[in-house]
Amino acid sequence: MNAKRHGRPPGPEPAVTTAAQAGLVSCPHCHLVCRETSPHGTRRTGHLRCPRCAGRLHRRKTDSLSRTWALLIAAAILYIPANVFPVMQTSTLLGTQNDTILSGILYFWTSGSPELAVLIFTVSILVPLLKLATLSTLAVSIHRGARRRADQRARLYRIIEFVGRWSMLDVFVVALMVGLVHFQGLAVIQAGPGAAAFGGVVVLTMLAAHSFDPRMIWDRARRAPANRQEPTRLASGIRHGRHPAP
Amino acid sequence: MIETLVACPECDALHERHPLPPGAKARCVRCQAVLYRRSYLEAEHQLALVTAAIVVYLIANCFPIVDLEIQGRSNSATLIGSVLSLWREGREIVAVLVFATTQLFPLVDLGALLALLLMIRRGRPTPAFAPTLRFLQALRPWGMIEVFMLGIVVSLVKLSNMSTVVPGIALWAFGLLTILLAVILSLDLRSLWQAGRGVIVRPDGPPAPGRRAAHP
Repeated sequence: MNAKRHGRPPGPEPAVTTAAQAGLVSCPHCHLVCRETSPHGTRRTGHLRCPRCAGRLHRRKTDSLSRTWALLIAAAILYIPANVFPVMQTSTLLGTQNDTILSGILYFWTSGSPELAVLIFTVSILVPLLKLATLSTLAVSIHRGARRRADQRARLYRIIEFVGRWSMLDVFVVALMVGLVHFQGLAVIQAGPGAAAFGGVVVLTMLAAHSFDPRMIWDRARRAPANRQEPTRLASGIRHGRHPAP
Repeated sequence: MIETLVACPECDALHERHPLPPGAKARCVRCQAVLYRRSYLEAEHQLALVTAAIVVYLIANCFPIVDLEIQGRSNSATLIGSVLSLWREGREIVAVLVFATTQLFPLVDLGALLALLLMIRRGRPTPAFAPTLRFLQALRPWGMIEVFMLGIVVSLVKLSNMSTVVPGIALWAFGLLTILLAVILSLDLRSLWQAGRGVIVRPDGPPAPGRRAAHP
């Protein structure tokens, strides 16, 4: 397990106490650290509430994994119509042309702006796919109680969360083209059914990333520092006992 | 509750809270996630920037983004015009998505931030502070002006192949708005919970320190 990465000097992972271990909970809204049996927390609706902002407190995001999976599966299903159906329909005097996301990218590639082709390929094809793959991998690693490379998995999650929104680019381009190009009889651009599906994929993957709780990565990896003395031997045989002691 | 502690939002590790110099970030020792930041800008600067951004937002949405000329016929489009054409031709989902992420959410975001900064400035306990800030935090990831700006650039390149493109006022306004929003968004909303300490009305607990001495 390598701990060498930016920001932190190489070496064993620092020993930390988590809020959960200390019987504390960090408010998901205002980040106030509260006692889980806070005297000021009200139980009006059966939920503990933050004494500062009155937001609902929970130690980890509710039903994180099931929600993430549900949203991921929905996004994966929607990914097919998003790529098969045209996102844009161009009607000119010469005829009607249907463009899917991929053919739009090919148009940029052949019409002399390869840098834009690469940009759109990255945000429209690569990012959604990588997002689906990465979030599934992270969710599986939680299910399996993986303890290795928690820092790398945490970094992956951070990247996924950051780049997700940029996938909306294609939807915005289609919207602008539709608004700009309507010269009746000469050239009219309309949005295709793929555009809504693609927008749906972006929203669903963003929601999926949002419902995934990255703290789960570290909950399972918590005992890792103790294993640090013999990293290569122990790393593969720690599947059992996946639930850390409360 | 312990106000001197902060838990890492990504790995739950507890840290002690220390005051930061302007422009600095506090990172988690374990996972390197940003715990909290301090902006270079003070609240006054933020207030000015948010007001400016609202004005620029209005300009960006009232004037055409670009004029297009094909064979002597010209056509100009505003952002709302694009949304309306999408809606008219039966792409309601896309229309709503574009309207929400590029117009509604950024405006509500700016409005809510302005209200919060004014509440802090006024310094009197306001029951609306905590709900507004919670709402703003939930809303923030869904405003996508900067992605939209890139979308404008891509469409212009695409269109310049087939027609004459004349940039409109709103194009520059969107560019400026993107820059302003980048600065405004660099303000860590979590720091507002600290800045608004005297303004928050606590639900059932003791009154906010300092301000509300006479609590029934």
